[in-house]
Amino acid sequence: MYLLRRAWAEMRNEVLVLPSRTLVLVWAAGLLLLPLIYDDAYVLRILTMTCLFAIFAASWDLLAGYTGQVNFGHALFFGAGAYTSALASLKLGVSPWLTIWLGAAVAAFFGYLSGFLCLRLRGSYLSLATLAFPLIGLGLLFAFPDFSGGELGVSGLQRLVTGAIANYYLACVSMLVVVFGLWAIADSRFGIVLHAIRDDEVAARASGINTPRYKLTVFALSAAAAGFAGALLAHYLRVAGPSTLEVALSFQVVIWGIFGGVATIYGPVVAVFILYPLTEWLGSFKHFGELRLLIFAVIVLLVLLFMPRGLTPWVRDKIELLCPRCKQRNFKLRTTCRLCGAGLEAQVTRAQRLVGHQ
Amino acid sequence: MLQDILVTGLVNGGVYALLAIGFSLIFGVARIVNIAHTAFYMLAAYCFYTLLTRTGIGFTLSGVISVVAVTLLSLVCYRLVIEPVREHESAVLISTIALGLIFQELMLASYGGNFLGVPSTIEGVMRLGGVAIPYQRLLILVVAAVMLAATWFFLYRTRVGLAIRATANDLEVANLMGMNVHRMAMVTVAFSVGLAAIAGVVATPVTSIHPFMWLDPLVTMLAIVVLGGLGSLKGSIIGALVIAYVEAITVFTLPEGAHLKGAVALGIMVAVLLARPEGLFGVAFEEER
Repeated sequence: MYLLRRAWAEMRNEVLVLPSRTLVLVWAAGLLLLPLIYDDAYVLRILTMTCLFAIFAASWDLLAGYTGQVNFGHALFFGAGAYTSALASLKLGVSPWLTIWLGAAVAAFFGYLSGFLCLRLRGSYLSLATLAFPLIGLGLLFAFPDFSGGELGVSGLQRLVTGAIANYYLACVSMLVVVFGLWAIADSRFGIVLHAIRDDEVAARASGINTPRYKLTVFALSAAAAGFAGALLAHYLRVAGPSTLEVALSFQVVIWGIFGGVATIYGPVVAVFILYPLTEWLGSFKHFGELRLLIFAVIVLLVLLFMPRGLTPWVRDKIELLCPRCKQRNFKLRTTCRLCGAGLEAQVTRAQRLVGHQ
Repeated sequence: MLQDILVTGLVNGGVYALLAIGFSLIFGVARIVNIAHTAFYMLAAYCFYTLLTRTGIGFTLSGVISVVAVTLLSLVCYRLVIEPVREHESAVLISTIALGLIFQELMLASYGGNFLGVPSTIEGVMRLGGVAIPYQRLLILVVAAVMLAATWFFLYRTRVGLAIRATANDLEVANLMGMNVHRMAMVTVAFSVGLAAIAGVVATPVTSIHPFMWLDPLVTMLAIVVLGGLGSLKGSIIGALVIAYVEAITVFTLPEGAHLKGAVALGIMVAVLLARPEGLFGVAFEEER
């Protein structure tokens, strides 16, 4: 009873005071409860895919948003996870429950490797060089079709669990665990170091931070999460094909990340949850079907014209205010800060907004 | 085989150099990583194809109209889409990606996904030391050489070129010295896209036109630019030749070479970056803080 009351108090004081946190809670609860209310197989299928891509997008954000290593070849890790898990379970006959971890581990190795190759590159050089890695992988896959299945990929995989609802829960729970894990990492001391590396690597190094080691770690971590998502997707679709390595997927994740707002973790997740079902939904119309990518791109362009920092920071600024004294976030309708009691100005100046944005 | 490698490498190198120089210029002057650059190349090819097959106004006129139209289109895109978000680097990045996708999908919707072909602008082959070179490829080579020379003249012998180089060198100081950096950015965008459009028009007869034709040259172009050093004219040309020859050698000598050519070219780029992180001729950037 005490614990329950304690939990409720925590919930009221920490979660319900801020609309953004309340929204996250509602969203997570809604995802978990959805199959009980509405279990249409098509909707569940789309949401399963959405959850897996959300892991992928969030892992990109840890690397690109937080650490500033804007990776244009994130599909490499996704594809490495998918292919490793597919080949290991098919050729060696290992249970897929083990091979997805192997997929994540191999992806982490590839992440470490690309991080190592990119240690001395920065900015645009890094982005453009990383674009090459999945394409090198793709070329090798096509050159050895006996091993990789060439254009068709590795098909005939076992699913992890059977049934639409079970698959949905698998994807959904893994997504919640991984995304909250990434968010916790980004919010920890480790995440602060990553911020420092992004903002000023020389200053970070001068403060005694071993920046190469941090960068390699974050490359491996992010790649592991992406590879995990790739492995899960391969087993869900029962095929690991070359499309997991294509430029289109690498660009897709960049679009998701920036559309949602970088350096937030939840931003890309929100973007995936909006954009992926939207494109699928548009694709279900007969006339729109061919135009869905076009509409997708136009929407992204228009939204960016009005919210150049991305969707979630814009929404957050609309519903929450920054306390001028203690820099904590408050619900927009409050007149005093919930923590320090200082009065909240109705209009926050632009300079403060810039300072307040992480 | 040796002759094939020599000719293919040189011709592809010319096309790649036109693309890479434009991309490199835009990056240097306006700090825009223009992913849509090769999409303009694709648009020019489609435009050329349409004018040629539907109106019958001849090769030269079609080519000129295509180049001008695509250049104007690029200016419109720049004003409407890129300029409003110029301050936000990441927004610019995905705006250009979205632009590329939009062009791809528009072409897919209006022409379908079929491979289209344009007849050679000039028929016939030239025999040179026992190797037959189609005039079409020779034309590509000549146009590329002329355009490269024109670019050099424009950048190093005119006042606008001087201003562009100054802006690329140091945007703030150029601004303080009274150069209109916004106009310089626009001139650069127009000039660079014009180069890409010319490449698209002259290369169309030897390649096939389809909505996804912008992706392969995009990757190659990025590899060249990174290999040669961002913002370096000389680097772009040498990088283009290096990558084109590496691709040609891979295709003609290795089994499965057609699949591996991209991988080998990109592998070389990565190897160069490991040794020289700023590319072959790039200036080692002072840490921008």
